[in-house]
Amino acid sequence: MRAGQGMRIGNILAAFYAAAIYGFIFLPVVVLVLFSFQDGRFPIPPFQGFSLRWYEELLADRRLTAALVNSVFVALLSSAAAVTLGFLAAYGLARFRLPGAGLQKALLVAPLTVSYLIIGMGLLITFNAIGFPRSLLAAGIGHVVINMPLCFAIVFSQMGEHQANAERAARDLGAREWQVLALVTVPMMWPSLFASFFLSMTFSWDEFIISFLLTRFDVTLPVEIWNMLRSGLNPKTNAAGSLVFGISVVLVLMLELTVLRRRRPA
Amino acid sequence: MAIVDRRGRGDMRPWAFVAPALLWTIAFFCVPFAVMAVVSLWERVGTELVASWSFANYAKFFARGHFLQAMLNSLEVTLIVTVLSILLAYPLAWILAEKVPPRWQRIGLVCAILPFWTSYVVRSYAWVLVLANNGVVNQALQGVGLVDEPLSLANSRTATIIGFVHFFVMLLTLTIYANLVQLPKNYRRAAADLGAGSVATFVHIILPLTLPGIMVGAFLTFVLCIGDYITPQILGGNSELVMPQLIMLQIGRRADFPTASALAILLMVVVTLVYVACARWLKLERA
Repeated sequence: MRAGQGMRIGNILAAFYAAAIYGFIFLPVVVLVLFSFQDGRFPIPPFQGFSLRWYEELLADRRLTAALVNSVFVALLSSAAAVTLGFLAAYGLARFRLPGAGLQKALLVAPLTVSYLIIGMGLLITFNAIGFPRSLLAAGIGHVVINMPLCFAIVFSQMGEHQANAERAARDLGAREWQVLALVTVPMMWPSLFASFFLSMTFSWDEFIISFLLTRFDVTLPVEIWNMLRSGLNPKTNAAGSLVFGISVVLVLMLELTVLRRRRPA
Repeated sequence: MAIVDRRGRGDMRPWAFVAPALLWTIAFFCVPFAVMAVVSLWERVGTELVASWSFANYAKFFARGHFLQAMLNSLEVTLIVTVLSILLAYPLAWILAEKVPPRWQRIGLVCAILPFWTSYVVRSYAWVLVLANNGVVNQALQGVGLVDEPLSLANSRTATIIGFVHFFVMLLTLTIYANLVQLPKNYRRAAADLGAGSVATFVHIILPLTLPGIMVGAFLTFVLCIGDYITPQILGGNSELVMPQLIMLQIGRRADFPTASALAILLMVVVTLVYVACARWLKLERA
């Protein structure tokens, strides 16, 4: 009897604790999104009514929409490059015996251990030295540097022996190397390629410091939002932040629903 | 398994797969790092970088009080954030793994880390909204009469720590939960059969077995926290600078790349030392 009661009190405490932490986790997001609909000039209580005017201002802001398009381009292209390079390297290192393979793997994942600020700064100083201008291209190069190790690690970890057997079979039946790669390996590796692509997309989409250091006139969305912060608290910044958050959540949910669902036991 | 080499020893094909990624990493990661190391030994005179080849920039770090203070601030904030995040995240991960029915666990977890995907900038701005003098927290506290004057929460170290803890609670919940659900249920039954109470089971069985998950999460927290510029810049303001802020100041105000490079390298040395100290536990995970 006493044990049962203790159990019940434990469950109630657990529920309270979980509710408190979830509250803490969601508080800033809820405040951000709620006051993006504020019908007034300040994103602080009291809530004065529901309005979409800040979203309208957002869409009318040329600099902001340009930054949004830039962000999408940088995210798409840098992720495509990161996945391609990472996949090819994973294939080479998983399927062939190369001298110094351990060292190569260590080199490929090394950027994961260094903070974005330092990676961005190194690129900035180097690009300055060779006269390469600060631009979206420069930021994109930086995004490939941070995302390729992740793509490589994900794809490499999923390259198993049964896929190697299928590749051998294809080769025995006369397929050329590129045919094996394009018609056998890529379709088999599709889930992990997809996962690394979307993960790269979300990281590139949210990345600030490298873009901040390496872009100049054309900037990405997080940099433009950073510029907006100078005007202080403003419902328009809330609207921009809510939009970024919404797009990130859509990307994550797509990843969750398409790739991760397959791995779940039925 | 290696493929039987059909063309003899001089086969270069495998290299064609690995070379692009390797060259990319060398060109845009190793070379910039080497350049940074070299530049850290130079100095800035006027608007030019002069190859003076000295450790003056490193000496400056130890000679100037506010440089050293920034490193201490960084370490202090990072340590507080790491410990607080573990203490807050562990019970949540445990509740998710133990108290929540399996079919709801995944949804619970996805929800717990959803704000994780807001960008750094947006998340920090959202906390400014919450913590501002006339923000949600202060108005609520004043509304129920707990305080008369608004608490100055924003622009302080407390705000920086709250912003960081928010992010890392989500990260640590994920790593600790992943570790907890892997534990076989039989361990708990065996402990109960041998007479251990739930507290003893937790202290002697569960906690030691989840130490790898905690350590991996703690190390990630440390690395990401000590290298972050945004959260302390937006939430902490300029009162107590941390290393990334100091580094950005060198770049932004003076374009003093030599000093910035030296500071960045010192920061990396600290992170490497922590990695070496934690390596014992970090390796456990692979076993």
